[in-house]
Amino acid sequence: MSSERIVRVASGQGFWGDWLDAPRRQVEGGPIDYLMLDYLAEVTMSILQKQKERDPAMGYARDFIGAMESVLPAVTDRGVRVIANAGGVNPVSCAHAVLDVARARGAAGRLTVGVVTGDDLLPRLDELLASGHALAHMETGEPLSTVRDRVLSANAYIGSSPIVEALARGANVVVTGRSTDTALTMAPLRHEFGWRADDWDKLAAGIIAGHIIECGAQCSGGNCMYDWRTIPDLANIGYPIVEARADGTFTVVKHPNTGGRINVQSVTEQCVYEMGDPHSYITPDVVADFTSIRLAPDGENRVKVFGITGRSATDKLKVSVAYRAGYKAVGTLVYAWPDALEKAQLADRVLRQRLDNMGLAFDHLLTEFVGFSSAHGPLTAHAGEAPEVQLRVGVRSPDRKTVERFSREIAPLVLNGPPTVTGFAGGRPKVEEIVAYWPALVDKSVVQTSVEVLS
Amino acid sequence: MKVNLVDIAHARSGDKGDTANVGVIALRPEWYPLIAEQLSVERVQNHFVGVITGSVERYELPNLSAVNFLLHGALDGGGTLSLKTDAQGKVFSTAMLRMVLDVPDDQAAALSLPAARAR
Repeated sequence: MSSERIVRVASGQGFWGDWLDAPRRQVEGGPIDYLMLDYLAEVTMSILQKQKERDPAMGYARDFIGAMESVLPAVTDRGVRVIANAGGVNPVSCAHAVLDVARARGAAGRLTVGVVTGDDLLPRLDELLASGHALAHMETGEPLSTVRDRVLSANAYIGSSPIVEALARGANVVVTGRSTDTALTMAPLRHEFGWRADDWDKLAAGIIAGHIIECGAQCSGGNCMYDWRTIPDLANIGYPIVEARADGTFTVVKHPNTGGRINVQSVTEQCVYEMGDPHSYITPDVVADFTSIRLAPDGENRVKVFGITGRSATDKLKVSVAYRAGYKAVGTLVYAWPDALEKAQLADRVLRQRLDNMGLAFDHLLTEFVGFSSAHGPLTAHAGEAPEVQLRVGVRSPDRKTVERFSREIAPLVLNGPPTVTGFAGGRPKVEEIVAYWPALVDKSVVQTSVEVLS
Repeated sequence: MKVNLVDIAHARSGDKGDTANVGVIALRPEWYPLIAEQLSVERVQNHFVGVITGSVERYELPNLSAVNFLLHGALDGGGTLSLKTDAQGKVFSTAMLRMVLDVPDDQAAALSLPAARAR
């Protein structure tokens, strides 16, 4: 065995809502250097922005505070460093909440928290639009001005550099807002190995390491189609860890005595997850080439990753804008054998006629038959003798009252529609405000991040 | 010979806005060339008639024995706008694997492909 230095980055959270026990298991199950926690999905920022509007001290992922409580001894006593994009739209408050945890545990002197800010473009939005940054929708090309008055949040996806700076300044916890998921893994590798900001192949390797572990257990046996029946002990699944080397190669592993499975197939499934053009995986730091990835088995539950190449980053950053986009509600009822599908179809026709008779106009109305065609639509061959079918009707409208009226039309079908129906005990469908996602690009030069280290 | 794609490949899918991606991965590396040859843009576009409203993009990853497809207009608007159960395209993977391939008998024999069973 070579005596080459290894840096271990462990994934402890793949999204906000992931397994609460995973961070603690990662720090207790074996040696790791960094714990990486990814909390942000496309619409998470807008949810956090709404929370901040109600309470200016909120606006970050509260789960992270519980996670910090569960891993605090490892951080203060064993030197494990934590990197998380849990800060949402309020990274400074998030950092103070972490420090409060340390104080309450009598560990205040042993914790420094680095805070990365500068991704929040909401206060600068009008200035940006006025100076010619259209923030056009990446798919439709529409300028942001068309929804400007409904915008809730706007954040640039930022790269690894400010996290590297926070680590260099000694932070043992780094909290960011809208950092890219992959930067959370790449930054500590840049910091540890001193990779230059233009060492494209190594940066790309760090990004791909991040891509493989950013969804938590989804590369270590979770949601894995390959040979799924034989994947052992999912109840005790091990979250992934990257064992990285200075040359940009790394091995994906998990702690001993954990469930799940890491093999070439499980890692390949995660490699293609949410993939666009594999030649150009664009990040703020580098453009990584997924067609360069080489995978090889390296013992039980170990996959070596090597050969990765990348090229220079673009001069743009992606921006995640969230805006109010009307209201929606989804109603469901369950129809039982015999002829479950036919009954659900009749109920759908009756419901639509009633909505029509009331003159309710929706932007969109979608019917699905769960148990028959909600997963694969018209590709589903035949209903056969479906033992039961769930009728699921969703509506969308800019007008809340219209959606509310719809929500009162589901339950009556139980007594005045087709027979043998159940599953209405949950009450009326909930009317939800839609906060939609608007992806855009902005010149890198307009976004300045800054780092503060608190203790 | 008829071959079920689900018997020779695995897959994972995800979303980006109103686009679903499906990465189809050969269960054995030696089956990859056949899968890449059979799964043309046209073939996939036809498979998803009535399911997606937009075009299909296709990318080969021979290094992973995989072909990646972008299915545009697949998610009823996508994200929070979508009213679909599968608003995030999580099960487009197995929708793709419903495909049945026509493979010349000699090629199927040479590759030891499993013949389609009724599913």
